[in-house]
Amino acid sequence: MSNIVLKAENISKQYRLGQLGTGTISHDLNRAWAKLRGKEDPYLKVGEANDRSKAGGSDYVWSLKDINFEVKQGEVLGIIGKNGAGKSTLLKILSQVTTPTTGQVKVKGRIASLLEVGTGFHPDLSGRENIFLNGAILGMSKAEIKSKLEEIVDFSGVAKYLDTPVKRYSSGMMVRLGFAVAAHLEPEILIVDEVLAVGDAEFQKKCLGKMKDVSGQGRTVLFVSHNMSSIKSLCNKCLYLKYGETKSIGDTSKIIEQYFNEEIAVLSNGLIPENLSTHNTGDAKFKNFVVTNLAGTPVDTLYYEQGFNVEMEVAVGRDIEKAILDFSISTSDNRFSYTSTFDIKKDYLAVKKGKLIIKMKLKPVLLPGTYSFNLGIHDMSNTGLTLDFVEGIGLITVLDLTEDGKEKYPLGVSLGNLRVDADWEIRNI
Amino acid sequence: MQGTKDSIESWDLVIEPKSKWYDLQLSEILRYKDLLFLFVRRDFVSLYKQTILGPLWFFIQPIITSITFTVIFGNLAKISTDGLPQILFYMCGVTLWTYFSDTLTKTSDTFTSNAHIFGKVYFPRMIVPLSVVVSNLIKLGVQFILFILVWLYYLMSGDSLNPNSALLLVPFLIILMGFLGLSFGIIISSLTTKYRDLKFLVVFGVQLLMYASPIVYPLSIVPDKYRWMILANPVTSIIETFKYAFLGVGEFNWMHLAYSFGFTLVLFILGLIIFHRVEKSFMDTV
Repeated sequence: MSNIVLKAENISKQYRLGQLGTGTISHDLNRAWAKLRGKEDPYLKVGEANDRSKAGGSDYVWSLKDINFEVKQGEVLGIIGKNGAGKSTLLKILSQVTTPTTGQVKVKGRIASLLEVGTGFHPDLSGRENIFLNGAILGMSKAEIKSKLEEIVDFSGVAKYLDTPVKRYSSGMMVRLGFAVAAHLEPEILIVDEVLAVGDAEFQKKCLGKMKDVSGQGRTVLFVSHNMSSIKSLCNKCLYLKYGETKSIGDTSKIIEQYFNEEIAVLSNGLIPENLSTHNTGDAKFKNFVVTNLAGTPVDTLYYEQGFNVEMEVAVGRDIEKAILDFSISTSDNRFSYTSTFDIKKDYLAVKKGKLIIKMKLKPVLLPGTYSFNLGIHDMSNTGLTLDFVEGIGLITVLDLTEDGKEKYPLGVSLGNLRVDADWEIRNI
Repeated sequence: MQGTKDSIESWDLVIEPKSKWYDLQLSEILRYKDLLFLFVRRDFVSLYKQTILGPLWFFIQPIITSITFTVIFGNLAKISTDGLPQILFYMCGVTLWTYFSDTLTKTSDTFTSNAHIFGKVYFPRMIVPLSVVVSNLIKLGVQFILFILVWLYYLMSGDSLNPNSALLLVPFLIILMGFLGLSFGIIISSLTTKYRDLKFLVVFGVQLLMYASPIVYPLSIVPDKYRWMILANPVTSIIETFKYAFLGVGEFNWMHLAYSFGFTLVLFILGLIIFHRVEKSFMDTV
């Protein structure tokens, strides 16, 4: 097939764990010695899959292993996976910021990457000067930028401040300007990281629209995001990474469905699997997590306007003088929508070695939809060191019907995720 | 970028673990030349923003340094200047030396101080040190004018200066000095990505190197015993030739100059190779 514009063959990337700089000379010498004798690099053999929750025996870790995929011209490939699945590493390799340890990527046409907006902005330079600087960093020529200057300024909406140093800009303006420059790049292949996570809703919409335009023009886009809804709306193909390996690749909706099944653990018996922690020091570990209705029966479905309880158990391996606990609820597109923290305002919680049993009562604030939970315990005497953090457990569905079946959530789609009580004051004159 | 032939189709770019050491991708640098000049512009515009004296600092720096040297080395230590007006003698050395040392120190942290940009976008990393060379070349140009003015003043007032045909070598000397600074700089910057120790070495290393070069003293007063040491320093013959061209004193020796040229050439090629090796994967170690 001749319309394949990007082909990744067996890409792997190995990283060294731990303190950099200690013992590197000895490792370097070891390597050189092995090379001299015509042997294989001794450190390439060791290393294991990137499962962060398990403390490995080796100093080396494969953050990507044997990734193969092809992208055809005009395709929009979404790359999904949990934190630490290797998405960023893959992006770094594709944008030539670093090289793969083994394997190769073949590319046809000009490739540009957007891992960040406004890279290289200098605070003392004016908006106009920064447009040129940033554009050139992204690979445009001066003439190219000049010819598009008007469009860029229009798109950014900061025309009035064009000759003001960007350090006087608000962060939102900075992002707008940065994205405006990037949006006017015209590469055959565009690589985009989650830059869209910044800026207000209106601006995000504008960005997504621009990306749709880009793909509509027959250009190829690789898009990494945690936000399943933008992946769904943009991508026709999806690559799902887990622990640095390809879990699956194919049709977007199928892959997203698989992602939810894999990553959101439905806990039937309330036991939290060992490998769910994204951070773990070994000093504390969430063991159990159950969602129950007010009567105490475990549930995975809640009615609209139904309050619920959660119960959890933490095994604590040492005394923690100043602990805080946090509990948060994520929506199905992986955005935090609700957080409750104990005990961030008052004195911290003193925890003794042993077991913590926690019970929370939650007000009926969730709007209809699918949610999962995240739990964390942190040590504040150690600058907020995270002792254990568990992401995406206990999938629950909130129905659009109340428990007694009499009332229904009045709107067809949930506007937001939470219902907030407010004091309304209405005057009709 | 080299198009590699696949059996059926050709690719514009192949990202691989390691490239051949001789494949330095110099044509890439040409493609990004606009970026080079924008970096130079950025350096100048941002350098003197929010200062009162602005570009006047270009003049103040060499003047104050020359005066300090005159007071300390000329008047207090009474080091010979080969019978030349002290301020002129020092300014001659300082002007060229500043160019070298600024180029070296500014290029020597290419990777560490640009890590935030390098970590996000690809462009030929060599653009950054090259832009430093160009910035410093412009700065040298300004300071050179100052030196010429002082030189003309002494020339008019009848001091025994003997400018000669070696003046034709001056552009070559300046280029050589720039490349020497650049070569040292990129080698150091490549090595500091992994071993940070070198960063500390640069600061006083450059200072030590200045005393091992005939800046504050003429080569003629160096005892024969130590002469070879000073001559082994590739900066020496460049500075001496420079002084000889304008002032007519100092040593001019083709052999010494050829040594400096050879040294720079070898160091530069070595620097390019090391730099190119490191630029591909330094993000993992920095």
